[in-house]
Amino acid sequence: MLYIPGNNPAMLQQGSVYGADGVLLDLEDAVALNQKDAARILVSHMLQYVSYEGCEVTVRVNHIDTPFGEEDLKQIVPLQPDAIRLPKVETIDEISRIIQLVEDIENAHELPHDKMKIHVMIETALGVQNVYDIANYSSRIDAISIGGQDLAADMQLVKTNDGIGIDYARKQIVMAAKACKIDVFDTVYVDVENEEGLREEAEYIKKLGFTGKAIINPRQIEIVNEVFTPTEKEIRKAAKIVKAFERNKKEGIGVFAVDGKMVDAPVVQRALRVLEMADIDVADI
Amino acid sequence: MKNILQREIPETLEGIGEIEPFQGAFTKLRKGWMEEETVPPPNKAKMPHSSKMCSNLKEAVIRTNPRNGMTVSFHHHLRGGDSILVETIKILAELGIKDITLASSSLTSAHEPILPYLKNGTITQIYSSGIRGEIGEAVAKGVMPKPFVIHSHGGRVRSVHTGKIKIDLTVIAASAADIEGNSTGAHGPSAFGSMGYAVIDARYARQVVVVTDNIVDYPCVPQAVTQNFVDYVVKVDSIGDPSKIAGGTTRITKAPMDLQIARLAAQVIEHSGELKEGFSFQVGAGGASLAVAKYIRKIMKQKVIKGSFILGGVTSYGVDMLNEGLFKSIFDVQSFDAAVSTSLMTNPYHIEITAGLYANPFNCGCMTNKLDIVVLGALEIDTDFNVNVITGSEGYVRGASGGHSDTASGANLTVVVCPSFRGRIPIVKEKVHTIVTPGESIDVLVTERGICVNPNRPELKENLIKGGIAVKEIKDLAAEVEKITGVAKPIQNEERIVGIVEYRDGTVIDVIRQVK
Repeated sequence: MLYIPGNNPAMLQQGSVYGADGVLLDLEDAVALNQKDAARILVSHMLQYVSYEGCEVTVRVNHIDTPFGEEDLKQIVPLQPDAIRLPKVETIDEISRIIQLVEDIENAHELPHDKMKIHVMIETALGVQNVYDIANYSSRIDAISIGGQDLAADMQLVKTNDGIGIDYARKQIVMAAKACKIDVFDTVYVDVENEEGLREEAEYIKKLGFTGKAIINPRQIEIVNEVFTPTEKEIRKAAKIVKAFERNKKEGIGVFAVDGKMVDAPVVQRALRVLEMADIDVADI
Repeated sequence: MKNILQREIPETLEGIGEIEPFQGAFTKLRKGWMEEETVPPPNKAKMPHSSKMCSNLKEAVIRTNPRNGMTVSFHHHLRGGDSILVETIKILAELGIKDITLASSSLTSAHEPILPYLKNGTITQIYSSGIRGEIGEAVAKGVMPKPFVIHSHGGRVRSVHTGKIKIDLTVIAASAADIEGNSTGAHGPSAFGSMGYAVIDARYARQVVVVTDNIVDYPCVPQAVTQNFVDYVVKVDSIGDPSKIAGGTTRITKAPMDLQIARLAAQVIEHSGELKEGFSFQVGAGGASLAVAKYIRKIMKQKVIKGSFILGGVTSYGVDMLNEGLFKSIFDVQSFDAAVSTSLMTNPYHIEITAGLYANPFNCGCMTNKLDIVVLGALEIDTDFNVNVITGSEGYVRGASGGHSDTASGANLTVVVCPSFRGRIPIVKEKVHTIVTPGESIDVLVTERGICVNPNRPELKENLIKGGIAVKEIKDLAAEVEKITGVAKPIQNEERIVGIVEYRDGTVIDVIRQVK
């Protein structure tokens, strides 16, 4: 998911061409305080006139307790982007207040409540402690993400490239997302020049269970996509497992072996996930 | 009259003479021999042990007997660092010489100080493969009395051979030379690499002056220009700005848009059917074009493909690919960065070639004819795939024909890479302002918003679709771009023709009219 500063028309215009799965039009931290109005107006126009074909469009609004948060929602919610991202959520009380406001705006515009999804960002220690309750609060919440920079600041530590300081938070947030069966996105990697560092971090967070990673420069897309896209070898193996499963299912066999390794239901489930990520229809294999 | 691309071309033009309209990329060449004859190179004589050395450039220029109406030629191998062209023109102007035809293989920003001489009658006509910056603006506004001629690198050699460009004096900057004029660009403090364009001028010019900041013991080795063609040799303190002549390596762009276009272009090449064992390859030095090499390098390693030769303007990136064993050889007519010089000196498979061997259409086969894949840029491309690389959105001259049409005509797969629009200016559009390379030579266009295959290459389109690449009709892409940018107001021109664009075979593919 590619972050684009909401006050940069050239970047907003080109957001969809780089191959990211989603674009995140940012009204919050990427925009200077004296540019907040300009960004809100520009993003509103972009949502109406620019085609982001092939990309999920999310808008990150300012926190509800800032002077900009409520106005952001008033302007953006009626335009119903694919999702709205809420920064620095810490408590259930806060998320309930925001969702109430979103739905009031939708009611005023006679809009449904089930179209626009809500992404929640966990960026403080308190947020991490409450993450499961927050993520589980509403069925509209279909993803959570960790904001590494703010979390490090809140924890009064310097965020290092190895990410040790936020490691517990990452795992806690992944677990909450999995428990709620929603997507979970990792924080940005700020050292744009360090391609190997990005690759290592992407590989690590994939192993933790993250669904994807936020990026701040289009040059990072290829690396993250490479890490998260199954390799040809993985796809072939998954296809073999699924085929064997279908064959054995007809004969009533639940546990069998492929290439000498035991395959049971969880293994089949993982193989199906690989094929899904590779955009391969099970019926076609 | 109209040429085959429906461009309005006059039958004759003052300062040019009769004009032959463009008839198609191979119409003139197909029969295998040309009506135009080669003019003989001059015969000269020197007494044994006489000295060619002059104490300064002015003395050398005076000894060549400059006259009004002469043609003076230069090469542009020193890129943006050259000071010799400007110094020579200043000397000629001081001597009161008027009505000069300036025939430089290209003009760069380093040549802007000649601007006053275009306005005061010192220089009255230009032949060049490229004109940019203030000079490009001035010539498009019509400051010179005679039309300028834009030619390709190969076309320039043809013009010299056939006497369309009759060089009276060529001044050749070299990074090393001996007292007889054997010279090279491959070593010395100002090393710049290949001298491929200068070699032709040395052979055909009536007077040849070699200028260097680095006199070496006789005989200079290696020799791009040899002593039998050289009249005078000058040692100067400097041939230009060393940081711009001999500075650094060409780096792959970090611009996300260029990288994205390059990535898509590499996918196109991978699935085109042309990326196979023994393929030959050329890319430009510009952003997206050079970046394609980065992705091709990766694919070649993954698929264990070894290419045959790299051609053309050569960057250190190409040298790296040679050293890694990804290609067997490099044929180098022009080095884009100084790091290439070392390879030219030390690697026997890195070979300096003349512009004639590189791209001249009037011979028994130039090397561009042997290209499998070339990646080129564009300032504009139209829905018939015609490409403009010479005039900008305001109608000023701000580009170079270079080897664009030469390589496009020769390569099996010609890929044009460019953004679909820049700022608010559409790049893919219904009609380009000036045609340099005809659409029939372009096989595929790669932009960030779509990949379009020339309808005359249906099998290529099929290959790409089989490879999972989404292909768009170019008309649809142009319409999509127009939706974003709106339609630009047409450029306001006077009727007066201020320049012509020659196709590589000497026919005229387009004209450039005076900007209002």
